[in-house]
Amino acid sequence: MKPRLPGLASRRSAPCARWFFGAAEAKSLRAQGALLHFVLLALLIFAGHAFAATGAIEPLPFKDHAQEVRFQNLTKQLRCMVCQNEDLADSNADLARDLRLEVFQLMQQGKTDAQIKQYLVDRYSDFVLYDPPLQPGTWLLWFGPLAILLAGGLVVAVTVRRRRIAAGANDGNMANTERAGTDPADAGDDW
Amino acid sequence: MKRFVPFIVFMALVGLFGFGIWWNTWHDARYVPSPLIDKPAPDFALPKLDAPEQNVTKASLLGKPYLLNVFGSWCVACAEEHPVLMSDGRRLGIVLVGYDYKDAPDDAKAWLRDRGNPYDLVIADQPGRTAIDFGVYGAPESFLIDAKGVIRYKHIGPLTPEVIAQELQPAIDAVKREAP
Repeated sequence: MKPRLPGLASRRSAPCARWFFGAAEAKSLRAQGALLHFVLLALLIFAGHAFAATGAIEPLPFKDHAQEVRFQNLTKQLRCMVCQNEDLADSNADLARDLRLEVFQLMQQGKTDAQIKQYLVDRYSDFVLYDPPLQPGTWLLWFGPLAILLAGGLVVAVTVRRRRIAAGANDGNMANTERAGTDPADAGDDW
Repeated sequence: MKRFVPFIVFMALVGLFGFGIWWNTWHDARYVPSPLIDKPAPDFALPKLDAPEQNVTKASLLGKPYLLNVFGSWCVACAEEHPVLMSDGRRLGIVLVGYDYKDAPDDAKAWLRDRGNPYDLVIADQPGRTAIDFGVYGAPESFLIDAKGVIRYKHIGPLTPEVIAQELQPAIDAVKREAP
């Protein structure tokens, strides 16, 4: 019994297949087992891809291209509650599929993007939004990085200022004493 | 003193980092608080699992508090939760409504036949449309709904004896004090 690869049955690839399996037969039974594993693995990977391709994007009857673009945009901004690190557009979860359909139907009813988002927020909380809304509870989240940046900038500014003053005092001293011997490459940047 | 400032800042960052690791080892990252707590449960009309011609509606369940337990025969964590409902369900002193979520009716019936049926009533939501209104995102989930049809408490994930003792039972007692 020879294992057969699908897609290798055509005449053109037959010699290749014979070489492939012939070589395997020449080796021990164990090697053949390994080959079988390889074939099965390849099939599995192939099947997985085929499944993902058909499973993730089910065709929806969009009115026109603009609507499809809007749908893609909107579902990219919404989180899949099951996988949580995936957006609604890409997720293969059952619930994500249901929610895509829901979003699509709401769009057909003429709801705006904001209304559709609110619809999902009412059911699944702000967590469905990838961009957290600006509200008192999220001020730290939104402005925290900016505040840290400003604080850091302030520290740098104060340090630079202090060192410049110190350097200025040094320069003043050097001008009177040993200026002629200073390396020009050192000038002004000794912090 | 001043020369220790960078060290202190560094140690503060180490502390923050450590807190992040510690927090992630015990808190449930999948837990998302429901926005539906203390809001009226959504209206629904779903068929009974064993009598699909009969619809159960939100209105028909008003007047008595009940625990709506979302499960499915396909759901691994529900199988984990099931023995707890079998042993402790009666002691909760509340109507138990099973919510069969995205399940083939025959599978659900077999599941309940094999393992026992802890519910007073089982409703089936095969398409999963109503579950979206309830904000269901992972079975098992349990909603405590009071006599007026308001969602008072929600638990995501399997009910355990600890969860029941610490959270669910006190919530049930509070609801029952209002409307026995």
